[in-house]
Amino acid sequence: MTAAFVFDAMLCLLLVGTAVSAVAGRDLFASIAFFVTYGILIGLAWLRLGAVDVALAEAAIGAGLTGVLLIGAWSMLQRRCGDGGNDPAMPVLPKLAAAAVSVTVTGMLALAVLALPVGAPGLVPLVTENLSESGVGNPVTAVLLNFRAYDTLMESIVLLIALVAVWALTPKELWGGVPGLRQHARPDGVLATFGRLLPPLGLVVAVYVVWAGSEMPGGAFQAGTILAAVWLLVVMAGIAEEPRMSSRLLRLALVVGPAVFLGVGLVGAAFGSFLGLPVDFAKALILAIEFALTFSIAVTLALLVAGTPREGT
Amino acid sequence: MMLSTATLYALCGAAMIGIGVYGFIVRAHLLRRVLAFNVIGSGVFLFLGALGYRAPQAGADPVPHALIITGIVVALSLTALAVALVLKHAEEAGRAVLPEEDREET
Amino acid sequence: MGALLTLPLLELTVGLPLAATLLAIVSGRFSSGLVLGIGPAMLALAVLLCLAVGSHGPLEVAVGGWAVPLGIALGADGLSAVFVMTGAIIMPAVALFARRAFGSDPAETTQSFTFWPLFFAMWAALNAIFVGRDLFNFYVALELLTLTAVAMVAYGGTAAALRYMIFALMGSLAYMTGVALLYASAATLDIGLLSEAIEPDRAVVLAGGLMTAGLLAKTALFPLHAWLPPAHGNAPAPASALLSALVVKASFFIIVRIWFHVMPDAQSPWLVQTLGLLGACAVIYGSLLAIRQGRLKLVIAYSTVAQIGYLFFIFPLADGSAFALPWAAGAWTGGIFHALSHAFAKAALFLAAGLIIEALGHDRIADMKGIARALPMTMAAFGLAALSIMGLPPSGGFMAKYLMLTSALAGGQIFYALVMIAGGLLAVIYLFRPLNAAFAGSHVPEIAPVPKARQTIPLALALIATIIGLASSIPYQFLQIGLPEVLEGGTE
Repeated sequence: MTAAFVFDAMLCLLLVGTAVSAVAGRDLFASIAFFVTYGILIGLAWLRLGAVDVALAEAAIGAGLTGVLLIGAWSMLQRRCGDGGNDPAMPVLPKLAAAAVSVTVTGMLALAVLALPVGAPGLVPLVTENLSESGVGNPVTAVLLNFRAYDTLMESIVLLIALVAVWALTPKELWGGVPGLRQHARPDGVLATFGRLLPPLGLVVAVYVVWAGSEMPGGAFQAGTILAAVWLLVVMAGIAEEPRMSSRLLRLALVVGPAVFLGVGLVGAAFGSFLGLPVDFAKALILAIEFALTFSIAVTLALLVAGTPREGT
Repeated sequence: MMLSTATLYALCGAAMIGIGVYGFIVRAHLLRRVLAFNVIGSGVFLFLGALGYRAPQAGADPVPHALIITGIVVALSLTALAVALVLKHAEEAGRAVLPEEDREET
Repeated sequence: MGALLTLPLLELTVGLPLAATLLAIVSGRFSSGLVLGIGPAMLALAVLLCLAVGSHGPLEVAVGGWAVPLGIALGADGLSAVFVMTGAIIMPAVALFARRAFGSDPAETTQSFTFWPLFFAMWAALNAIFVGRDLFNFYVALELLTLTAVAMVAYGGTAAALRYMIFALMGSLAYMTGVALLYASAATLDIGLLSEAIEPDRAVVLAGGLMTAGLLAKTALFPLHAWLPPAHGNAPAPASALLSALVVKASFFIIVRIWFHVMPDAQSPWLVQTLGLLGACAVIYGSLLAIRQGRLKLVIAYSTVAQIGYLFFIFPLADGSAFALPWAAGAWTGGIFHALSHAFAKAALFLAAGLIIEALGHDRIADMKGIARALPMTMAAFGLAALSIMGLPPSGGFMAKYLMLTSALAGGQIFYALVMIAGGLLAVIYLFRPLNAAFAGSHVPEIAPVPKARQTIPLALALIATIIGLASSIPYQFLQIGLPEVLEGGTE
């Protein structure tokens, strides 16, 4: 038994343990905390599986932003409805049935895994063969922005439409207002100093993550999350306010990324292939798409976390 | 026979899916359901990603990685809408539980 | 005609509504007018697509020039083309109808802003599924569709939207798990390549089962239907029309792609009979509940639960173990016909119900006596669409049930023939109640005025549902283009 195997086995046990605690815990806040821990541990698992890009995305989006959304909802439920997250009791019999379903699902998947052929390289050879024509050196970026750019284009619309869908829940009388709850931090507190220091730093890091993403792990979604996080801190520190949802400029900011992406796709169609990137311009086009996307993703994510406008508590 | 890294993590993903499914069925509190959805989601992604690592000497398959990054963003989008719906429902009904599932509290 | 093939038709059926989605977000108050330009353009695209498929057979393009399995392909056979065409007619019709509710306020409101991006994104997602060839891209498109559909349901009630979301979330996870298994088995996600690469082994059968279970939750097949009636019954009328006519069909469409194109060999007797029986339960249960409803929109919504059941008769009737039998292709075509005529008829019913609500302020069947005299054109549309749902000649619904009934009898599957006849009778009963109320009495009730122009929209849709039955040979022939290979032995 090698040290690596021992590490992997321990990590898997920890993952199962945190997942059970997140799902079965009595206290909702503790459950969420376990979930965030679980997300970070999965990030580690991704590193072990040679997936640095996924590890970044999982930590930033899967654990980070999802955690922020859940904690925000938890505190809102507690403050506004006095709902501490307690469950209605479930009788034992349905619980046993649920356990049976759960064990069946896991068992069948496990059997299928053991039946799959070992040593299958997947699409590694094809990606490697075509990487030089993709315009970038990072194979994951090549798949996301070139080989399967159609998926990514659609995904950027999914994110945007999620925001529209959240906005569709705005009560009539609050339409056009400032998303989320008003923040009341003292502008001279520690958070404020932090909030002033962070934006330039965050911007540099985000630009680097996009730039690096063409050759090394990174990319628009990870960078967008970093920018969104910086913005959230700035708002929390009371240095700036969320923009009004009726703002023209805000709406342009939301669509510019997907619009550049779709535009490149349609121009490609005029020259023979929808979303086709000519080899000589591929890198420049991918970077242009990624920078525009990063910007729009950051704005969209920040507003998704803020949610619908609410009257003050 | 010793389990390969890929098989080990794929099995771990399968276990996480099962755990999440249990939570999704048993926990009626809607925020807990959203949480269970995310546990299952990461389990599915780990399952897919681990199966793309069955030939480590050839390198990890980047296609599942790209699919997973897309999937993570899609899952976040769904989570954001679900959370917003849960909050709106709680403000209307006083509790983040669907009326037909609102039995005695534990 | 060769010039048609040089146009990026498939790409634009998705790209154009995506562009409209972005425009709708930035154009504020003017977004309700966008459909006046996009609608005709999409209709023209659908016509060109039908011409191209009709003259050249199935089309396929590699997005970005990257061939599968590395890239993603789009494609259209007869099935794709008729669904794109159906969307290209129903979407603009509903949009014209919706402009009053979602576009007439001088100031921007929650609904007047959000409806239009949701509408166009829904259209893009539907077409992405209809011309899709990639199982993961289906997933992204399905989630886009779910987001738009849940948001539209939320206009009518938060709890209904949450119930829908719970089913949809579980459905997407189950589907995605299946996709993961298939990719692990065959290292491709393309429908065509997969059908050649996979054997019906343990992983593949489990993948098929998981994907189907997930899609059934989104299609609302009994017993996963509980979310549908409150969702479709309480949303604004245009949203209900889109959800019942098109959204539930999209997940059904993927089920057809999986079992008839990707893995026909994996269809086991167990699978086809289970799907068929669930369909039969849906027909009977949905119809009985439709009879009990006091509100018109809930009657129509439960009717959707019942009508979805018929779609799944194609599995036992096209009998997986005997595809080459002559009636298999007939059963398959009948099922698709049912999906199409139900789309038009159901959109007409929901829009007609919407007009009745505008006129009366409610949709209680007991309190709409004589409404037919106040809104004769609307009730004509309702009646015509009802004929198609009941399956009476000369409607599209009749043609569909006729095709399915003949294959049931030819194949000796008397059980399904009986369920179809019972379902037709029950539909007569649940649709007769509102019709009876509408014509009852002799006075003309007081109503809020409803413009004639808007009344023509459900009427036009109901007429199309009828014409599909009268001129059935055109869509019938069309559906044979690129018929699933396994069924080809069955065409005479």
